[in-house]
Amino acid sequence: MTWTAWIPVLVLLTSLVPAVVILLLPERRERLRTALSLAGAAAKVALVVALVGPVVDGRRPEVRVPFLPDVDLVLRVEPFSLYFLGLSAFLWLVTTVYAVGYLRDHGHHRSRFFGFFSLCVVATSGVALSGNLVTFVVFYELLTLATYPLVAHDQTPAALRGARTYLHYTLVGGVALLLGAVWLTVLIGPVEFADRGSPAVAALAASDPGTLRLVVALMLGGLAVKAALVPVHGWLPKAMVAPAPVSALLHAVAVVKAGVFGIVLVVDMVLGVQVAEDLGVLLPLTVVACVTILWGSVRALAQDGLKARLAYSTVSQVSYVVLGVSLVSATGMTGGVVHIVHQGLMKITLFFCAGLLAQTLGLTRVSQLAGVGRRMPLTCAAFTVGALGMIGIPPVAGFVTKWWLGLGALDAGEPWVLAVLVTSSLLNAAYFLPVVARMWWGKAEAGAVLPRPVGPEAPWTMVTPALVTAGCSIAVALGAGLAFSPLSMARVIVEEGWWP
Amino acid sequence: MSTAEVYLVLGGVVTLLGAVRLLTTRDRLAQVIALNVTGTGTVLVLVALAATGGGEPDPVLHALALTGIVITVSVTGLALVLVRRLDREDDGG
Amino acid sequence: MGDVVLASLLLPLAGAVAAAVAPARRTVAVVTAAGQTVLAVVLAVTVLRDGPVATAPGGWEPPLGIALRVDGVAAAVGLLAAVVVTAVLAHACASPASTGPATEPAAGRSAYWPLTLLTLAGLQAVLVAADLFTTYVALELLTLGAVALVALGGRGAYGPALRYLCLAVLGSFAFLVAVALVYARTGTLTLDLAAAALPPGPALTTALGLATVGLLVKSALFPLHAWLPDAHAAAPTAVSPLLSALVVKGSFVVLLRVWTALGGDAALASVLAVLATGAVAWGGVLALRAAALKRVVAYSTVAQVGYLVLLLPLVTPALAGGDGVAVDVARTAWQGVLLVLLAHGLAKAAMFLAAGTLVGVAGSGRVADLGGTAARAPVVVTAYALAGVCLAGLPPSLGFVGKWALLDAALTGGRWWVVAVLLGGGLLTAAATARVLAATLREPGPGDGPPPGTPHGREEAPGATALPTPRAGERWPALALALLAVVTCVGSAWLADLVLVGAPPGVGG
Repeated sequence: MTWTAWIPVLVLLTSLVPAVVILLLPERRERLRTALSLAGAAAKVALVVALVGPVVDGRRPEVRVPFLPDVDLVLRVEPFSLYFLGLSAFLWLVTTVYAVGYLRDHGHHRSRFFGFFSLCVVATSGVALSGNLVTFVVFYELLTLATYPLVAHDQTPAALRGARTYLHYTLVGGVALLLGAVWLTVLIGPVEFADRGSPAVAALAASDPGTLRLVVALMLGGLAVKAALVPVHGWLPKAMVAPAPVSALLHAVAVVKAGVFGIVLVVDMVLGVQVAEDLGVLLPLTVVACVTILWGSVRALAQDGLKARLAYSTVSQVSYVVLGVSLVSATGMTGGVVHIVHQGLMKITLFFCAGLLAQTLGLTRVSQLAGVGRRMPLTCAAFTVGALGMIGIPPVAGFVTKWWLGLGALDAGEPWVLAVLVTSSLLNAAYFLPVVARMWWGKAEAGAVLPRPVGPEAPWTMVTPALVTAGCSIAVALGAGLAFSPLSMARVIVEEGWWP
Repeated sequence: MSTAEVYLVLGGVVTLLGAVRLLTTRDRLAQVIALNVTGTGTVLVLVALAATGGGEPDPVLHALALTGIVITVSVTGLALVLVRRLDREDDGG
Repeated sequence: MGDVVLASLLLPLAGAVAAAVAPARRTVAVVTAAGQTVLAVVLAVTVLRDGPVATAPGGWEPPLGIALRVDGVAAAVGLLAAVVVTAVLAHACASPASTGPATEPAAGRSAYWPLTLLTLAGLQAVLVAADLFTTYVALELLTLGAVALVALGGRGAYGPALRYLCLAVLGSFAFLVAVALVYARTGTLTLDLAAAALPPGPALTTALGLATVGLLVKSALFPLHAWLPDAHAAAPTAVSPLLSALVVKGSFVVLLRVWTALGGDAALASVLAVLATGAVAWGGVLALRAAALKRVVAYSTVAQVGYLVLLLPLVTPALAGGDGVAVDVARTAWQGVLLVLLAHGLAKAAMFLAAGTLVGVAGSGRVADLGGTAARAPVVVTAYALAGVCLAGLPPSLGFVGKWALLDAALTGGRWWVVAVLLGGGLLTAAATARVLAATLREPGPGDGPPPGTPHGREEAPGATALPTPRAGERWPALALALLAVVTCVGSAWLADLVLVGAPPGVGG
């Protein structure tokens, strides 16, 4: 066993060790806490980069630990794992920088915050690296538990209510997933993730499709909760009470992403596209995704709270990923997979900006934003990039996604999906463009005079992350054709790994 | 019905009566006494069982009964200590 | 190895005597418990490697002598007991108040140390006893120690202690009659031999029924549980963990042995299935509704006993000579339930220690008054939360491994009601833990209204430092136990193998 085989464990340790140490640190050790968080995040990014070479060479580093006599916990680096891991490692680093700035002046319980923040990343990395269903379930549930204290962070009655709603939804979803996972294990033994699906599952699909359909429905139903598919999306807007870095984590890096990542795993690495289609799982999934896309957008229109609007936007946008993998088309699936990264970059930009506006000027409602562009030009520029990307205007990442999804819909012979995409883009424009317009050209109401700019518009630790992710949202679209762009990676994953 | 079986039934009845009293009364001293009645019934059952085989009674069952009696005595001691403390509590002491 | 078995029995007894007379009773107690842990580790490793260890001290065989035997279950539960007692004693050393109220006469509080070791000796005796007579005596020793420990709670604890004593002794009488019945019919007190000689019939059913009812009173299976919440909640902080984590397990292990040796009974198994379901539901709901923190924890034990009893109906078909699938179900369920038992032991001990400490920190036993304790006692709240995760069977924890195995068994055997019980019970437990956690996170203050200021602009409540915080020795034992309940999920395959060593043939031992 070479040293690369242990990288999966190291990847977990780079956030587990900081998490444990930080949780034990007294509140005043701010420097050490920041240094540990950043060092862990940077080390993780470095490890991910170190993994690229071996994985491209076809190696799949793997670690096994016995769990029950005939079931192992497995961590394995597949291209798709690395893709998700890379996203979460990079965004964690950026979010950590942002959170340091966000909590610097008036934070409380910061050791608890950063400790659980790191623990969340342990869980997300574990989800990414899971080599079988048991391991996935373990880390998926750990993610629920590690995010609860973050959602409840402010300890206000509203925060505790939001956290309780979050816990109720995700625990019940976890129960459905657990039942499906154990049932499948009972039927065919430990379920290893494999390209083009597990052969044992294919055999089961031939012999007992009814039971398999039920099992898959349980698993997808459980995963749908975190992926915030309608009608089990209710926790996401309620969890908006969390601090902005946590919202960024929930919406872009960890929780909803773990949900859609799981759905992609079940469809492509447990069932395989062919089996999934034969079972008739995919069409219902497409319909649910389309309903979610439209419903999220419609609800977003009505929200005046900026973060609430962004939350419903997430409900809608994350379903593009589900839509992509549910289309029986390599092109559509590529669009879905690439949106995992694209949505992450754009949505985290938007949340960073929302946090900046709230923290610096105390602005939390869309109606308060008139003319704020003159006071905080960099923040508003980043917000504009994110918003345009969500609508799907080139040259921002969202355009690439929608292009591939559209092609995929035609390819799969479901032209009606195109109509959904167009409607959704119009709705996106309807709820984002007025915000952008008000920021830049709106007239501040009389009496609501914004403070004059004194020095930089906000701490650099908060502005820089927003600019970086906004820049990345453009770069991934402009450089989509280059090797190692998210699009190229998504194509490799789909065409070499999953497509029959 | 042989003599041993009569005693067996009798033991069962005594045990049952003691148990019912133990579970229904709220008087603490009565509880302790009911506990002892139940214990006596149990011992009666044991001794009767020892004799049901016919011939010489089985000494092992008698040893069991004896142990049961000893344990009941210590249990009664502990119970009485608790009852006394409870009574003192009631008196406000 | 027989000497080690005997030593594991005599060490806590000798320690109890020493702690009763020696001036340095704390040191004696902690050293004894630590020594017992070493012995338990040696026994566990030996049993896992070489199989069960049996011995008859003095060369006297039953029925006159005493036969001792350590199988996988005894080794695993014995290890659990030694670890839990060590941690609890460490807590008690740091916190005199946890051994009883200060209003008690000093003699009462100093009795804590020998009584704890006596209870440990009683449990170890229950675990290693190979014949029914020794088992009966050991069960009584365990009960007497446990009742005396409850009484250390002082005012308010005497009543529950007396009730516990009466019911537990009643259970013992039932068990004693069952033992006598088995002996009268078979002429042996050794379970395996008795099982071979006892044909199915009314005698067997009566003996099994009496033993089951008697032992389940001691283990507090719903609806025979009424004594438990009172006794466990009224006991001092350093006693409740021993009662919930260990004492109720002693009688359960005996029940498991009697049940499997005598081949079970299908009708009785169905009744037990209903009662176990009732226990999980009733305990879960009352834990969710109880106003007092320690009662929340105690009702959770009522629910967990339900999980344990689920095993009996799951193994019964295999005992009756079922097919390969039945044996498969029985084996997986056996592993699952014993892992749940171990997980519950660690987690519940941690939870009761944490709960007792939180009551002290909050200055009130009510869940509603816990506001602000998360800030003042973060380590203790963390221990409580981790324990709750384990009890709810959420990953990563030993409880999750046990639940996974039980779900596996239930699905393999097509027992859908077990699946429903496990999943529903897990949600209830998670909800009860979340309720307590939310209460500890709430800001303290009159009316519990929204605190002033913006969410981020709030300073620590003025005077927060003046409120009590836990001492170091009150924080770490609970956290250590809770962490152990979590990290053992990685080595759980080892434990799952251990509990199968020497298990009855019907469950694939």
